[in-house]
Amino acid sequence: MPQGIRDKVAIVGMGCSKFGERWDMEASDLMVEAYSEAIADAGIETRQIDAAWLATAIEEQHVGKSAVPLATALRLPYIPVTRVENFCASGTEAFRGAVYAVASGAADIALALGVEKLKDTGYGGLPQRGRGTLNNMTWPNLSAPGSFAQLAAAYRAKHDITAADLKQSMAHISVKSHDNGARNPKAHLRNRITIDTVLKAPMIAEPLGLYDCCGVSDGAACAIVTTPDIARGLGKHDLISVKAIQLAVSNGQEAQHNSWDGSYFATTRIAATRAYHEAGIQKPRDEIGLIEVHDCFSVTELVTMEDLHISPEGGAIRDVLDGFYDAAGTIPCQIDGGLKCFGHPIGASGLRMIYEMYLQMLGRAGERQRSDLPRIGLTHNLGGFPHQNVCSISIVGHLGT
Amino acid sequence: MTFGILACGAYIPRLRLARRVIAEANSWINPSLKGQAKGERAICNWDEDSVTMAVAAGRDALAAHDRTAVTALYIASTTLPFLDRLNAGIVGEALTLPPGAQALDIGGSQRAGTSALSNALNNAGQTLVVATENRSARAASPAEMISGDAAAAILVGEGNPLARLVASATQTADFVDHYRTIESEYDYSWEERWVRDTGYMAIIPPLITRCLASAGLTPADVSHFCLPTALPRVANAVAKAAGIADAAVADNLHAGCGDTGAAHALLMLVSALERAKPGERILAVGFGQGADVLLFEVMAAMPAIAGRLGVSGHLTRRREETNYTKFLAFNDNIEIERGMRAETDKLTPLSALWRNHETVTAFIGGKCETCGTLQFPKSRICVNPNCNAVDTQQPHPFADTIGRINSYTADRLTYSPDPPACYGMIQFDGGGRWMMDFTDVEPDALTVGTAMQMTFRIKDIDAQRGFRRYFWKAAPSNAESK
Repeated sequence: MPQGIRDKVAIVGMGCSKFGERWDMEASDLMVEAYSEAIADAGIETRQIDAAWLATAIEEQHVGKSAVPLATALRLPYIPVTRVENFCASGTEAFRGAVYAVASGAADIALALGVEKLKDTGYGGLPQRGRGTLNNMTWPNLSAPGSFAQLAAAYRAKHDITAADLKQSMAHISVKSHDNGARNPKAHLRNRITIDTVLKAPMIAEPLGLYDCCGVSDGAACAIVTTPDIARGLGKHDLISVKAIQLAVSNGQEAQHNSWDGSYFATTRIAATRAYHEAGIQKPRDEIGLIEVHDCFSVTELVTMEDLHISPEGGAIRDVLDGFYDAAGTIPCQIDGGLKCFGHPIGASGLRMIYEMYLQMLGRAGERQRSDLPRIGLTHNLGGFPHQNVCSISIVGHLGT
Repeated sequence: MTFGILACGAYIPRLRLARRVIAEANSWINPSLKGQAKGERAICNWDEDSVTMAVAAGRDALAAHDRTAVTALYIASTTLPFLDRLNAGIVGEALTLPPGAQALDIGGSQRAGTSALSNALNNAGQTLVVATENRSARAASPAEMISGDAAAAILVGEGNPLARLVASATQTADFVDHYRTIESEYDYSWEERWVRDTGYMAIIPPLITRCLASAGLTPADVSHFCLPTALPRVANAVAKAAGIADAAVADNLHAGCGDTGAAHALLMLVSALERAKPGERILAVGFGQGADVLLFEVMAAMPAIAGRLGVSGHLTRRREETNYTKFLAFNDNIEIERGMRAETDKLTPLSALWRNHETVTAFIGGKCETCGTLQFPKSRICVNPNCNAVDTQQPHPFADTIGRINSYTADRLTYSPDPPACYGMIQFDGGGRWMMDFTDVEPDALTVGTAMQMTFRIKDIDAQRGFRRYFWKAAPSNAESK
């Protein structure tokens, strides 16, 4: 087992643009908005950054390929810049690149920035992405909600749950995230809703209605990382360090082998186990104080509670309805509104989650601040489709915890 | 061993449009449609065409037959989607017929089906003849009312046949009752009374007489007279003129299917074979720029074959479509707003299609010789996590395997010509699975565990380049329920 990156890298600055329908903003403007906050927070200058990573997932809709858009937007001084794409885990991939660069000693200070400008498509919802030449010949024209809706059918069948009971708990998840988003000035959706609103919303992909789906947003988020020593040298005291970053990528088993029943994310279970090991966490339900998961759809959040080994298998519905994951619950999930309401500019999402962890741990989260100042938090991204995906998990916390 | 019809099958799309619906929409401009507003016609789903129906009819005919014995495939139709690409090539690959089998597209007239069959009856080896038609007609035209979509398949060769050819006669005449050119989408037709008197009545009876005489038989020896025409009472009039008993005149399937053009003679022949008793004789006629007359002697009653529906089974398997606009949209007879998501490029790289033709067209996956795991698509490294053996997979066909719904949705966001797009994970009995499109389903009736059969359909239409690509979809199993 590799020794991992626990406590080798500290976050010294973070920034996040306002998410939403930013009709008047180019992707480059959003990048600068997030970066300005982060660089001011870090208290450094651009020339101190040794290497940078840019995450975009649907680049054909905005900046195009390569790392040039980031280097240009921020006028980075001819340093190594890498563009990464790994579905909805892209933001965490950029973070992983920067953290690994620092942990290896190849860079003293590294930047990770994720951006997506999705609202130039002319219609609502995510655009259909390129799936590959052969896949186009055999795959359904599946949309994101249509592919994640598959979970609901399989989960109901496995746990013998009625469609109404499942929908009720999914509705609780969306209502909770809207409550949280309403307290977040940077969130895309800031309106509170009721269970009734969710249940009566138009159907998008059975059983996912409009309010079971997250927002499609423009936005950017960024992190500046360095070693704990350099961070202290910059005058930082209360350090937030990276405890673990894990990635698990489907190898075709779920899509092609009948060992998977369709009701859970095989990748999340594996990535979570590895991340807990890397972070030295024994009992996630007791040790983790805050989670931000990939709630692209309400049902995704629901089954993820089990795949992270926090709710028992088949027990997420109970925990959700009990308020375990509410803002005032035991482990708040999406205290910033999540993808559902903060929004989902794909390349930025993983970094946005870490941004929220950082704010909450430092007591800077404003109206939505959790009073107990979480010590250990987990972020989770799930890109692709339940049967074929990329899962990333990060664990961050106070250095020394 | 006798040479003759060894097997036969049919395919009639599940969707039926009541003629009343057409009349209600269009009688404002053509009040005479009201008089024809009885019964229903078969209509293709959006993802069906002459090629997909030919595959389905071919599978129906070959349900209990060794496909490797087939030495020729004839596809007869006037509505094949490709003008310069062998449609029989697509059908042959989808049916996994031997690549060494001869393959021909035969068209040109409404008697393409009988001419193809007549030719096949002169062949050595085994020939699969499939007649298929997906007729287009202008809105509010009589043709729209009387037409239907279907395919029929007949396998001929040496063996223990259902029927053998006794005699035949043919005549060619450039008699133009209607025509369609490379520049026209729809038929242009001349007056029905002239077609009846100068066409059917003048051309067919003498041919029947000649055919029967060559076999030393009389009109009284005909038990089933199959003349495909939607013109009322014409079949009876021709029978009478030829001396054939009125009781022998076969139903033209107008009530439940409609006139399926070049497919109709064989569709009626297959239907007759399903009813006929050994010793009876069937006289099948194809009419179009002359006529073909084929006289068969029935050798055996149609056996019950698992997986075969035939004409009668397909007529029973039906779902009424009541939306006329949907019918127009499926046939591209109305310019409908499909939304921006329909603009997604559907380019099919032809080099990639050829490289993967067994996967895509024949639905062939792999079977790992090391661990026995079935998988789709076939790959270099086995997907079984406890195996992962390299280069151990032999081709394994999935087209005839029942799969079960493992997960599903009815998607109203993604583009589909017939929303909601229903799709999900299909898990095959015996191993293997694939996330695939469903077709011919009722969105509200989907459940985990439902048995589904594979059906060859249009996957996407590339309107920009006039191309269409095909793949297999999951449809509720005819044979098996949950």
